[in-house]
Amino acid sequence: MKAAHYWHCFVGIQTREWLRFWQQRTRFASALVRPLLWLVVFAAGFRAVLGISIIPPYDTYITYETYIAPGLCGMIILFNSMQGALSMVYDRELGSMRVLLMSPLPRPFLLVTKLLAMGVVSIGQVYVFLLLALLVDVEPPLWGYLAVLPALILTSLMLGALGLLIATWIKQLENFAGVMNFVIFPMFFMSSALYPLWRMNEASPWLYWICQFNPFTHAVEAIRFSLYLEWNPMAFGITAGVTAMLALLATAGFRPQRTRVLGSKPALDEQPEQ
Amino acid sequence: MTIEASNLSFRYGDRPVLREVSFALTSGRFHALLGPNGAGKSTLFGLLTRLLALQQGELRLAGQSLKHQPAEAMRQIGVVFQQNALDLDLTVRQNLQYHAALHGLSRKEARARGDRELERFNLLERANDAVRQLNGGHRRRVEIARALLHEPSLLLLDEPTVGLDVASRKALNEHVRTLSEEDGLTVLWATHLIEEVRADDRVLILHQGQLLADGNGQAICDAEGTRDLAETFHALTGAG
Repeated sequence: MKAAHYWHCFVGIQTREWLRFWQQRTRFASALVRPLLWLVVFAAGFRAVLGISIIPPYDTYITYETYIAPGLCGMIILFNSMQGALSMVYDRELGSMRVLLMSPLPRPFLLVTKLLAMGVVSIGQVYVFLLLALLVDVEPPLWGYLAVLPALILTSLMLGALGLLIATWIKQLENFAGVMNFVIFPMFFMSSALYPLWRMNEASPWLYWICQFNPFTHAVEAIRFSLYLEWNPMAFGITAGVTAMLALLATAGFRPQRTRVLGSKPALDEQPEQ
Repeated sequence: MTIEASNLSFRYGDRPVLREVSFALTSGRFHALLGPNGAGKSTLFGLLTRLLALQQGELRLAGQSLKHQPAEAMRQIGVVFQQNALDLDLTVRQNLQYHAALHGLSRKEARARGDRELERFNLLERANDAVRQLNGGHRRRVEIARALLHEPSLLLLDEPTVGLDVASRKALNEHVRTLSEEDGLTVLWATHLIEEVRADDRVLILHQGQLLADGNGQAICDAEGTRDLAETFHALTGAG
């Protein structure tokens, strides 16, 4: 296959994702309600409780809304990626997955392109969220909106690959409620999305270390630092490394027979409909 | 274009679903893969389309191993799945363009080929309609048109008439036969409905994972000493 074939395929997968996004724009708009509630309601209530000292990348005292905005960007991607990955393996996207897997191009390329396409739609939502966040005075520098893009792409690919890996291999987590309880919430709460980690260290050192080992923490920090035009090599390095590892594992470990792509139950030890 | 299966066996856990299945399709002909529900037809299609990984045996497409040359093989195969694989919210043309892109075709090429196929299927005027607005028979036609976009030489259809009324089933079956005759397309049509199979078809009867008969329909009947395929099918599988 030539480079042009890969390019047409890449564009085709991206286009389809945007067409679907356009078809389901009300659903995507309603998905913004969750992070906005956190930003407007939760942050208002918590502002008084949680004082934020001056910590990098900020060079002054900041409001709690400003602190959690990058974490909520991560949350948008986290929810979308998990939901997207599950739908690739179990329900809504099965038809499209069957068609996808009939392509002569290599499967890892197809899967990563698909994850990226889903990520781009999430990133669109993140930008809408950041625009709305201006209303509560979350005002990162103008160039920050551009500088944050690589961190958003990495985060969406990392979480998409994690979702695909989980959806393919952990049968018990085949519904969204399971993923929410065992993946999304622990990842979100055990990260620096809602509170700086030094606060966590004061409360419980072992929880602090769990947060440090959570790749979502580093993704959120990569988003936070780049949004404020600061370079955080550790956060970027860890996010990029984990993304590469998860993308490799998710694509190399992808087994259509463990999914419902064939129309059967996702287990090798069960008899499918034939 | 031919496909050869030799000694295919497949199991889900401890349960064998295909046992030592071997056959070779004849280039440019219509083949009926006949088997009751649970015979192993979808598993066989899963192997032919690489959705299932080969466990035992070998599949060759025009002499090339499906395992070692998957890209080349997938270029030659068009597939219509048992379950709908169209995006209902997108238009017919958008669905076709997605498939064409996956096969590396440019938008321009995709549009030209898509329109040509839709015209052939009398669906060109529906190109901009959402698939959801189409009836079951038309959706199936769109799926076949899509499967032919990249100009494969082998068309695999896994119970393509499921959910259609009798008239649509018959029309679809005849349509695919015409395609095979006119384009020299090799067709493998899986079904459990005996009325979709003709006596002069090349027939493969699969039952409980074993290939019980393989040959011209009439010849199979003669060998079994039965009057017609329905009787043969019943005698061999207890179904029908």
